[in-house]
Amino acid sequence: MAIGKKPKLAVWKFSSCDGCQLSLLDCEDELLQLAASVEIAYFLEATRAQIRGPYDISLVEGSIATPEDVERICQVRRQSKKLITIGACATAGGIQALRNFKDVDQFIQAVYAHPHYIDTLATSTSIGNHVSVDFELRGCPIDKHQLLEVLSAFLNSRKPNVPRYSQCIECKQAGTVCVMVAQGIPCLGPVTQAGCGNLCPRCRRGCYGCFGPKETPNTASLSHWFEQLGMPPREIQHAYRSFNANAPEFRKESERYD
Amino acid sequence: MTKPRSRTVKVNALARVEGEGALYVSIKGDAVQEVKFRIFEPPRFFEALLQGRLYSDAPDITARICGICPIAYMLGACQAMEDALGVVLPQPLQDLRRLIYCGEWIQSHVLHTYLLHAPDFLGYEDSIRLSHDYPGVVERALELKKTGNRIMEVVGGRAVHPVNLKVGGFYSVPRRQTVRELIEPLNWALEAALATVRLFAGFDFPDYRYDYTCVSLRQPEEYPITQGRLVSNRGLDIPIDQFTAHFSEEHVAHSNALHGRMNGGEAYLVGPIARYNNNFDTLSELARQSAREAGLEPVCDNPFQSIIVRAVETLYACEEALRLANAYEEPDAAAVEIVPHAGEGHGCTEAPRGICYHRYRLDEAGRIVEAQIVPPTSQNQKQIERDLWGVVEKNLDLAEDKLKWRCEQTIRNYDPCISCATHFLKLTLDRS
Ligand code: SF4
Ligand code: SF4
Repeated sequence: MAIGKKPKLAVWKFSSCDGCQLSLLDCEDELLQLAASVEIAYFLEATRAQIRGPYDISLVEGSIATPEDVERICQVRRQSKKLITIGACATAGGIQALRNFKDVDQFIQAVYAHPHYIDTLATSTSIGNHVSVDFELRGCPIDKHQLLEVLSAFLNSRKPNVPRYSQCIECKQAGTVCVMVAQGIPCLGPVTQAGCGNLCPRCRRGCYGCFGPKETPNTASLSHWFEQLGMPPREIQHAYRSFNANAPEFRKESERYD
Repeated sequence: MTKPRSRTVKVNALARVEGEGALYVSIKGDAVQEVKFRIFEPPRFFEALLQGRLYSDAPDITARICGICPIAYMLGACQAMEDALGVVLPQPLQDLRRLIYCGEWIQSHVLHTYLLHAPDFLGYEDSIRLSHDYPGVVERALELKKTGNRIMEVVGGRAVHPVNLKVGGFYSVPRRQTVRELIEPLNWALEAALATVRLFAGFDFPDYRYDYTCVSLRQPEEYPITQGRLVSNRGLDIPIDQFTAHFSEEHVAHSNALHGRMNGGEAYLVGPIARYNNNFDTLSELARQSAREAGLEPVCDNPFQSIIVRAVETLYACEEALRLANAYEEPDAAAVEIVPHAGEGHGCTEAPRGICYHRYRLDEAGRIVEAQIVPPTSQNQKQIERDLWGVVEKNLDLAEDKLKWRCEQTIRNYDPCISCATHFLKLTLDRS
């Protein structure tokens, strides 16, 4: 980053729901301050002004789902010094990656009257499947405090403080009662990465894995536990097949129930 | 300077809309030849990927159609499932749903009006540049938006994709005290919303009118948010389960979003203007009065004034949220028990951008056999093209860049949620 010049920030969108970008606009208390410390060079959801690359930091939302996406992500990578993916779509392919387990032609026919108008890839894949990524931020959607932490870390050339341990640890730290032990509610917390602030268990709901797999998750042991709780195999498979269905650890575990 | 006889307006990636789309307009001499509003958001096949999932998966999965209006999808799905499974929610749980929906209206309307649409009227590229000249205005916007998000967090556990909603009600109900803590910020928000209506009333509105076919929900006693009958200003009045008999979606070559139309082929309008025109009488006294002071009649036919209508609705949502928060007592049960069985059900709510319709068919185990979701933006697409046609015709003498900006502003009148419409901008002006 050139001295005396504000770093240039770009926000890119691929196949997604815009929820992760919205988390950036949801930083109400920090937004204007952030806007003062960086130059927002490309952020279509917020501005019609566009400043040419290269960019110091690119935030990428969404998954790669069309032939055009494949080319566009390579261009984004070439123009970006640091590339950070935001959310489950960009990090694991998102909910739209459920198509990876089915025949995409059937999907198109189920939704569109003229399938030949639709240009799409058979799979929805993560950004990291196509280009090198400097940091992957998880969540469907991401947590805005984690986003601010990662941005500030990159702006100050330090390592982001984003733990890779499980939801369980976060529950213990917060003193949230374990929903699985206390109420027998199936919970993906033991294999899901922390970061949301155990939102679901705090509502007396089992975690549904929106932050994706933690580092080295023991999914087999958790599935065994689910079986003991009387969960039918198809439900266990579906538990792993949601917003992070194509994350390798979750994909493998769900395929055991094919 | 002589103007070229033929020109093209191209916007290849439209900014300040949620999602992605493009616009192509071709003009020959003084006549508009063609208007194509194209959606290039890649399709995400929600209807197909729901097949085989349990009824209870639908709210969380469909929420991911749109990060700006997840409640519309979650509640549309919940309602349809409850309809299929013969479940009716007790009033206190319905009130809690109306409360969280008010939160979604506030955050979505404020995001759109202040941060995305107002810069068009004041001639700024974006709200951050606007904030350099009007810091107080943008700070007020952010604080208002935060109040909406706060409601979503208190009732739903999270502002984007809340975790606490389910078929049958909620996983847990918020504590009385936590809901009461919304009252003070809401009192401030109510004043801020009044000031917002006055601020937008002072904008210059391009001269353009259209005799819209307005479609919305309607309830006799209150302004429609979570439920109602489907009505139009042309005499339609049907229960929501007859939606497909009166409306259809057509798949056109230039767009990944299906275009909505009435079965006669007619374009129609959904969203704030349609809602307001069909339901002015059920708005609160304060909302009606502030609309009148802002120069709005009970029927609004200038789409550029939709920004005022959104501000009036924001005001109404603040009042409603205040009323509901003041009256809130913790319900005895967080949810109604569900016994899955086969059935078909319909759901329809007023998303910030207009009616959002869901239909599901379930098998005996409660698994989804068939799903249909009709988001507001796809319903408006045909009408957006009509408006663009009219606006370009009226503004042929504008210089290229001004005309382009005016076209973008016309599309932004609709707050098009492009992600929704493709389950959805590029402008090309072609003058020849
Ligand atoms: S990760 Fe989830 S919240 Fe983020 S863009 Fe994808 S669907 Fe939306
Ligand atoms: S508890 Fe699990 S599913 Fe719930 S918000 Fe956190 S990571 Fe997502």
